[in-house]
Amino acid sequence: MKTNNLILQTATKVLVFIILLFSVYMFFAGHYEPGGGFIGGLMASGAIVLLLIAYDIKTVRKILPFNFIKVTATGLLFSAGTSAGALFFDKPLLTHWFTYVHPPLLGKMSLHTAVLFDTGVFLVVVGVTMTIIQTIGESE
Amino acid sequence: MSLLHLAIIAPFILAIFVPSLHKALPKIHTGWFLLPLPIVLFSYFLSFLPQIIRGEITMETLNWIPSLGINFSARVDGLGLLFSLLITGIGALVVLYSIYYLSKEKEKLNQFYVYLLLFMGAMLGVVLSDNMVVLYGFWELTSFSSFLLIGYWNHRERSRYGAQKSMLITVFGGLSMLGGMILLYLMTGTFSISETIAMAATIYGHELFIPALICILLGAFTKSAQFPFHIWLPDAMEAPTPVSAYLHSATMVKAGIYLVARLTPVFALSGLWVWLVAGFGILTLFWGSFSAVKHNDLKGILAYSTISQLGLIMSLLGLGAAAIHYPAVEAGFYTVAVSAAVFHLINHATFKGSLFMMVGIVDHETGTRDIRKLGGLMSIMPITFTIAVIGSFSMAGLPPFNGFLSKEMFFTGMIRAQEIGFFNMETLGLIFPIVAWVASVFTFLYSMIIVFKTFTGKYQPEKLEVKPHEAPLGMLISPIILVSLVVVIGLFPNIVAPLINSVMASILPSLVAEGMKFDVHIYHWHGFTPELFMTIGVIVVGILLYKFMPRWTGIYNRMPEKFSLNSAYDNGLAGIQKGANRFTNAYMTNSIRTYLLYIFTFLILSLGTTLIVKNAFVLDTANVANIHAFELVLVIIIAIGSVSILFVKSRMTSIILLGSVGYAVSLFYAIFRAPDLALTQLVIETVSVALFLLAFYHLPKVNKNEEHMRFKMGNAVISIGVGVVVSLIALSAHSSKAFDSISQYYIENTYKKAGGENMVNVILVDFRGFDTLFEIAVLAIAALGIFSLIKLRLTRGKEQG
Repeated sequence: MKTNNLILQTATKVLVFIILLFSVYMFFAGHYEPGGGFIGGLMASGAIVLLLIAYDIKTVRKILPFNFIKVTATGLLFSAGTSAGALFFDKPLLTHWFTYVHPPLLGKMSLHTAVLFDTGVFLVVVGVTMTIIQTIGESE
Repeated sequence: MSLLHLAIIAPFILAIFVPSLHKALPKIHTGWFLLPLPIVLFSYFLSFLPQIIRGEITMETLNWIPSLGINFSARVDGLGLLFSLLITGIGALVVLYSIYYLSKEKEKLNQFYVYLLLFMGAMLGVVLSDNMVVLYGFWELTSFSSFLLIGYWNHRERSRYGAQKSMLITVFGGLSMLGGMILLYLMTGTFSISETIAMAATIYGHELFIPALICILLGAFTKSAQFPFHIWLPDAMEAPTPVSAYLHSATMVKAGIYLVARLTPVFALSGLWVWLVAGFGILTLFWGSFSAVKHNDLKGILAYSTISQLGLIMSLLGLGAAAIHYPAVEAGFYTVAVSAAVFHLINHATFKGSLFMMVGIVDHETGTRDIRKLGGLMSIMPITFTIAVIGSFSMAGLPPFNGFLSKEMFFTGMIRAQEIGFFNMETLGLIFPIVAWVASVFTFLYSMIIVFKTFTGKYQPEKLEVKPHEAPLGMLISPIILVSLVVVIGLFPNIVAPLINSVMASILPSLVAEGMKFDVHIYHWHGFTPELFMTIGVIVVGILLYKFMPRWTGIYNRMPEKFSLNSAYDNGLAGIQKGANRFTNAYMTNSIRTYLLYIFTFLILSLGTTLIVKNAFVLDTANVANIHAFELVLVIIIAIGSVSILFVKSRMTSIILLGSVGYAVSLFYAIFRAPDLALTQLVIETVSVALFLLAFYHLPKVNKNEEHMRFKMGNAVISIGVGVVVSLIALSAHSSKAFDSISQYYIENTYKKAGGENMVNVILVDFRGFDTLFEIAVLAIAALGIFSLIKLRLTRGKEQG
């Protein structure tokens, strides 16, 4: 049985980037607007799931050649590392640091170590959802 | 560490080396390595004798757990020394005997001697410890090593049965004894026995006195095989004969006697103690001697005879305790019971040890211990016969052996019991001499059975497995030494009198004034006293009973097996197992539904009762916000969704209904101004509905009949109950806020201190990032779990396929 998924696949090609962009927006906006690592990660994996539906597991593997378990591990290391980083500055675990900078063109921006922690959350959520979906999808 | 401590732990140290010695020098019988130790220890303890007779007590303390008052303190007084001498002396003889009894090739000697050394050390520890906790430790070690020794031939079913039985009974008593010791500690604040004795008068009035007394006595009675706990001792006869001779006649079974004697100064103020110890002792004496007669196995007879003799000693100790109530001068009249107990303790160890060894020789040389097969061995085994005659006649209480003397003193003690002016002894005391006399008749009877059924009568070589001949000399040495002691003490009883005096000083310390001593003299001939006529009566009636044995032994068959203590024990044990099994099977149904019912019922009961008992339900509407139409609509949607899940037929529908509930909840988050939660809830609900559908799709075809959930009243009641209880608690909790929320801090500091404006996210990654760190760890574990579950299942499927 061969079905023609042309409309879905074409729409996917456009939508995936929009969703991914939205997820990145959600992620970065997290400290000021609703969003953050968790929901950003879920959105990103939503984009990948759309890819999975439009194509198939093998193709998606080719497009995104990640081992998602390793992605999860990297995320955990990121978060744990950020938390432990404060110890080097003689501060309690998980003490964050932030400052405001004024680069040209972009205006006032904040740099915050909480973003690094959130990156870990983002990676873990992507890794976990994708591991679960891929594993269940591949099983017969 | 003093020399005394070293003496106590020397057997343990040697036990470490026994296996390697056994392995290194297999040509030499392992027992030879052991033999020097008890001899050296015996001489060491003998060196205490002069100072003990002078009345000096040696006390050495080794700190163990000083903060809890638990120290390894060793104390040598008369009582401890007597037992130490018995343990090491008979220990040496038993080791010598076992060298010839146990074959080097066939037996696992390394194990045997390790167990034996463990036992010897533990027993020394019991009798020399002044600290109750240490005493208890050694006490259980004797139970344990005795268990190992009884089960030494562990390929035999009877051995394992006997070992288990003795373990259960003695450990039951041991634990109760520990309870008694802890109660004593609560009363006195010390674990030291000598300090406890000094505080005896204050303990007496205490409300814990009676429980402590009963707990301690349970320990002593189980260990010393008193009625009705005597049933383990006959089954312990499955042990090798040296073990029976050592543990189950001379030493371990006397640990209970030791305990009673040791704690007499503490408890003797109470009439209950006198009555319990003397009463159970006399009952055991009678029952043991009565039961011994019906046995055909020589070791069985000796086992019951041991039981009965232990009862004798116990009853004497009980009656002797009454002497404490008299002023020192008058008390001398009653202390004869205690001196008889101590004297008989020594005598019993000598003649019972030799009798067991004699039986071992007979067993070893003929292949059987059944008196129906034996007979006419007198001329074949003359030395063994002599040993048997001396031992048995002493046991029966015939002159000129030591048993005669202690039996006379026993009668004296029993007759004087009536004259004790306390605890109803004036009236009820009469039963003591009567029962004692009847029991002595039976004692005489079984002693005669041992000698004459074994050695006289018809010689039946066809029934014997081996051609009998006299035992090797090595095997005979130990029983010869013991019977020589029987004769020597019988002829010159006063050589042990100084030792008895000092032992009595330990048992009845309150009767020894400054510089005074007990002064026991034992005479063979004390005139035409009632005791003498009682002994003559025993002999006459005993001979008559022996002559006409077949005519009256039918009474033993009258007693139905069903009501015997052994079957009570067996049925009790089986009943406990069956009952426990049935109980467990009744509530462990293997069904998760039942367990959930238990959990929820417990939840309802515990929370509901707390609500009612504490009168905790409050309803306060002052703090409640206004309800808007939108919220009402959402609540109705959620309610319809949840309730209809219960009634729909198709699983697909229930999954979708569940989804609808989830989306409605996310709308709730939205209108309650929680955009982060609403977003997350939306996505998570989608993912979980998708996973539900996936699981649903993979359900096996067989059981897929779609039907309504069956209605069960119990389930409905419990689910409604949980709902009601939880709602009530939520309402009460909301109505009674103890203090304001801490959220004000976050509102103020989210921007100032954390540089963010989304308070939820700032709390998640900054204020309380620690939680988030471990929540993502939880997610990672879940993913790994799913991955390994599915992948492992796949590989196993491949292996099977």
